[in-house]
Amino acid sequence: MSYEPQPDFGTPASRADEQVTLTIDGRAVTVAQGTSVMRAARECGGDIPSLCASDSLEAFGSCRLCLVEIEGRKGTPASCTTPAEQGMVVHTQSERLARLRRGVMELYISDHPLDCLTCSANNDCELQDMAAAVGLRDVRFGYDGANHLGTKPDLSNPYFLFAPDKCIVCSRCVRACDEVQGTLALTVDGRGFASAISAGQSADDFLSSECVSCGACVQACPTSALMEKSVKELGLPERAVITTCAYCGVGCTFRAEMRGEQLVRMVPWKQGKANRGHSCVKGRFAWGYANHKDRVRQPMIRERVDEPWREVSWDEALAFTAGRLAAIKAAQGARALGGITSSRCTNEETFLVQKLVRAGFGSNNVDTCARVCHSPTGYGLKTTFGTSAGTQDFDSVEHADVILVIGANPTDAHPVFASRMKRRLRQGAKLIVIDPRRIDLVKSPHVEAAHHLALQPGTNVAVLTAMAHVIVTEGLADEAFIRERCDWDEYQDWARFVADTRHSPETLEPVTRVPAAELHDAARLYARGPNSAIYYGLGVTEHSQGSSTVMAIANLAMATGNIGRPGVGVNPLRGQNNVQGACDMGSFPHELSGYRHISDGATRALFEGDWGVSLDPEPGLRIPNMLDAAIDGSFRALYIQGEDILQSDPNTHHVAAGLAAMELVIVQDLFLNETASYAHVFLPGSTFLEKNGTFTNAERRIQPVRKVMEPASGMEDWQVTQALANAMGLDWDYSHPREILAEIARLTPSFAGVSWEKLEREGSLQWPVNEASPDGSPIMHVDGFVRGKGHFVVTDYVPTDEMTGPRFPLLLTTGRILSQYNVGTQTRRTANAQWHEEDVLEIHPVDAENRGLQDGDWTRLASRTGETTLRVTVTDRVAPGVVYTTFHHPATQANVVTTEFSDWATNCPEYKVTAVQVLPSNGPSGWQQDYAEHTARSRRIAHEPAE
Amino acid sequence: MSGSATATGQSVVRMANDIARNFAALGEEQAIRQTAEHIALFWDPRMKAAGFALLARADSGFSPEAGAALAQLAGEARDSAQG
Repeated sequence: MSYEPQPDFGTPASRADEQVTLTIDGRAVTVAQGTSVMRAARECGGDIPSLCASDSLEAFGSCRLCLVEIEGRKGTPASCTTPAEQGMVVHTQSERLARLRRGVMELYISDHPLDCLTCSANNDCELQDMAAAVGLRDVRFGYDGANHLGTKPDLSNPYFLFAPDKCIVCSRCVRACDEVQGTLALTVDGRGFASAISAGQSADDFLSSECVSCGACVQACPTSALMEKSVKELGLPERAVITTCAYCGVGCTFRAEMRGEQLVRMVPWKQGKANRGHSCVKGRFAWGYANHKDRVRQPMIRERVDEPWREVSWDEALAFTAGRLAAIKAAQGARALGGITSSRCTNEETFLVQKLVRAGFGSNNVDTCARVCHSPTGYGLKTTFGTSAGTQDFDSVEHADVILVIGANPTDAHPVFASRMKRRLRQGAKLIVIDPRRIDLVKSPHVEAAHHLALQPGTNVAVLTAMAHVIVTEGLADEAFIRERCDWDEYQDWARFVADTRHSPETLEPVTRVPAAELHDAARLYARGPNSAIYYGLGVTEHSQGSSTVMAIANLAMATGNIGRPGVGVNPLRGQNNVQGACDMGSFPHELSGYRHISDGATRALFEGDWGVSLDPEPGLRIPNMLDAAIDGSFRALYIQGEDILQSDPNTHHVAAGLAAMELVIVQDLFLNETASYAHVFLPGSTFLEKNGTFTNAERRIQPVRKVMEPASGMEDWQVTQALANAMGLDWDYSHPREILAEIARLTPSFAGVSWEKLEREGSLQWPVNEASPDGSPIMHVDGFVRGKGHFVVTDYVPTDEMTGPRFPLLLTTGRILSQYNVGTQTRRTANAQWHEEDVLEIHPVDAENRGLQDGDWTRLASRTGETTLRVTVTDRVAPGVVYTTFHHPATQANVVTTEFSDWATNCPEYKVTAVQVLPSNGPSGWQQDYAEHTARSRRIAHEPAE
Repeated sequence: MSGSATATGQSVVRMANDIARNFAALGEEQAIRQTAEHIALFWDPRMKAAGFALLARADSGFSPEAGAALAQLAGEARDSAQG
């Protein structure tokens, strides 16, 4: 696509069903009732000048440029704040209007620098456009009087600047921060001529303020007052390509705005159905890693991991790898080989990796990073509803009356969806937060949880069962829904179980530490809705009862009839951009794409026929079991695409031991990550900007990823996998990911109606897309559950084996922060590091005082598996007895401390509960120093040809 | 903890016991049956084999339900192998 600004209709679309017809400049126009006159004019191709209006913001009516004349009405009303009415006759151009608009523009321009030719917004400035539109030729007032010219710009934010002299105080930035982002960090300070945009208090600049750098203000600004620094440095883009963000599971779509092969800026695409034109600091700004000096652009190999790397050609690297794989397979059998797919890669790439493992390696030893995040979602929702996915689209939240957030921190981990959620909460929806930590949602501007159940980590099932107890014993269950949609006998068994007094809030209060009265009220609020929606994250899944908690959530939704319509449902907030897709694509060792078990002969036959091979009917190894088997000697080679298990997986010592025991570790990634320290082959990966394919977000939305620049290494990731397959003697000849997608559709019923061409046409599709739902399925289980009758599962609370005691008296729980993403491989290599340079440990003031710790002190964090050191932040966000940290930095390596305990059904690690001790320390531990030295040694690259 | 010396052996004992504990509320018979089904569906053959091998040891570490589930699977595997 060539460069064209995104259309702006001035005011938001009306959702009314009723239509009105009016006449604008002699043309009959029919629009939805409630549509502004401005929008009506723009929808029919006309235009009315404006400066303070944007269709992402409510009408404001301050700039006085959009004045119109309406027959039968006095004066010249602002078209943005005037609703279109039946029979209305509007004139947008007249001599009087022209005079008024010129007068307004004259005043604006009289206090604006006339440096258009050297301004970074030249040719992309609404003020400039409006001056032209109203025919401004002269400014009578001169510049001798007081003005704002020469005021100092605020350059504090690493990604954008604020130039007050270019500001026209239209308030679009303030309103974007309020209405779109919901942070309310900006304000107009002062009055009249002294009015100025201010980030927070007068002492604040943008960086020190509460601004979260989402960029909504930059996008809203009609001038260059708020402008991306990249545009100032590089100039305006010349073309734009629609693509999908590669950070979290929200799956924002962006216009990658380019000059040649250079990315100038990422601008949220307003037609994007996941993000609706919004973004966060990661997606919009944190793409600099793509050109970071650490990018590896050439394949590398080595015989042993204590040798330096040797840069080689693709041919040599692939021949070396294929030869080693073949030798291991010949000596130890197919089950000695395996692979790990990546939730950061495309569906097509993921599909090819699992195909290579099953059809090329000959085993089912394929797993994915969902193992350590949402594998319990797959198990739990498939068991209860019949499909391993969330039930709703993101738009659904706009219809929710009660929002229950459990084990999720959307403002940090899913910020764009959080903004939509906060908007609904500001409209009056009620909020229940179940989380041991006081996350931002509990209390933020104009948002406050009705109930915050600050439970003891590890007691999710007990809390949810207690809520079910209240619902059942107080007659709040939706019996009609259950009788129609669920198995009634199973419901009765479950109802008897939860109604037992041992599951009452009062009985469980000593375990959960949630006051019984508060839990009663929260349960009643959820049950009475009428539309109640549950959103959850890794605070649900990363427990020894992760799957049980997912099923307990499903039980609650079924018991109260909150399934199958907008505003309700069970919504897993997926961590990475393509967790859903990676799971859909057959990345788990027990199932093929579309969640069909490998033991099913008919499914296997379908794939065998298509691929021309026999498939092993037995499930393969999961990641932790691969590591065990490696230590035992039966698992010898691992191909890892886009995953850094040494940093992300629990019990680092165990992961390192497993990797070190293997004969061949192949890492395909952008950078020499932590896992690569144990690798023999490094295959350079490609960023999402360098490839074509599709991602599937948390709402099952399949969205195109489009290449905007050539891969740094010369190959997209799917091409690397194909080249490896062919080096092993397979005969793959995909020329474009559309052909892989066609194969996926051919072999996967829920993708049967998906094609590249259809995605190009529709923009996105939510699976299942099939004969029954050719246009996709925004909401699932509308008329019935996929499995038939909804399945109530008895979920007994089973305490974790990870217990506190005298040696380890505190409970550690881990999480994420807004500015960093997962193990930080990408975001640490951007200016986002300014907000989070290191992982810190949050500790309650009482626990800190007991240990003589003060804010910023170094502390030793120890568990029975290992220890690390990091600085503390003393805060009452965490309850006494609980400490919290993130895992974004390898220097901290928080997973040295986490244990091998895991979800009983899926082996998802119990990251959220580790018994620890926290004591003062002098600085980095011996282990950290050894690790740093080991990593430096492992990353050596030989610059002379090896002997 | 189990007397197994292998990493896989130690893991399968913990995993089998966890599975059985989470089905325990269904009653012993159901818990054994569902534990066996779960293991059959999700465990790699070498994990099953490691579990079967541990069954004979007095210090295997399996809970009664987990041990019974594995014994049931081991029996089925023997029957299947015999034809």
